[in-house]
Amino acid sequence: METVFTPFASLGGGALIGLGAVLLMLGLGRILGATGIMSGIVFAEGRDELSWRVAMVVGMVLAPGLIFVATGRMPDLDVPVSPLMIVVGGVIVGLGASLGSGCTSGHGVCGLSRLSLRSIVAVPTFMVTAAVTVYLSRHVFGV
Amino acid sequence: MKLIYAGLTGLVFGIGIAISGMMNPAKVFNFFDLAGSWDPSLAFVMGGAVIVTFAGYRLVWRRDVPLFGGTFTQPNSRIIDKKLIGGSALFGVGWGIAGFCPGAAIPALGTGRWEVALFLVAVTGGFYVRRLFLPARLTAKTA
Repeated sequence: METVFTPFASLGGGALIGLGAVLLMLGLGRILGATGIMSGIVFAEGRDELSWRVAMVVGMVLAPGLIFVATGRMPDLDVPVSPLMIVVGGVIVGLGASLGSGCTSGHGVCGLSRLSLRSIVAVPTFMVTAAVTVYLSRHVFGV
Repeated sequence: MKLIYAGLTGLVFGIGIAISGMMNPAKVFNFFDLAGSWDPSLAFVMGGAVIVTFAGYRLVWRRDVPLFGGTFTQPNSRIIDKKLIGGSALFGVGWGIAGFCPGAAIPALGTGRWEVALFLVAVTGGFYVRRLFLPARLTAKTA
């Protein structure tokens, strides 16, 4: 499935993602990592650690609705894979991100910005394995 | 007040994710599909996010404490081990299979699409798989 190259929307959206990360550091002094936020809710360690994460998730989930109100359409979301692949991929994402202590937001955005050595190793690792996986599934197995 | 602030932070992040194209698996697959229908948009997302976060963090860290008290907490480990590399490698594989990552999927939940909910349930399953492999006391804090 072809998609349209969107350099300006992607750069602007990326800048807002960064602004979110900066605002969280400014207000609460925390790294914005989606894996950490999710696992902090699933395995909550007390009310203080739970409440700000839940508030953040609520804000995040409201975003597509706000965009719909402002523009009259939902953000594009095309899922060209089967439910089985979503489940298998999801379990591997959860396992990998918790073992590796971060994902695209924690290691990618925040870790690289902090010049964290671990993130500088983690990000190329997951970018390469993702590209190899997409190559294999699309061009070798033809999923 | 702190929770409203956290919610707004999540909203900014979520709007960024939606505008950028990160929550569209078709675009994620095409970003990694160098040999096929390549769409380089997501490089602009990462670029925009890291530029803003890199500069913003350094402004924020001029303060002594975050707005809502506490301290600026961040992971300071520099240990490159099998868990980091293996976990990150796995994360990339899962991302390449499902097309969603946690930071994109949480805001995408607001579109009401069942595929997103399925993915997030699977990610949570992956967190539990990780807990079964290693006792809780060895579970590192995620970024």
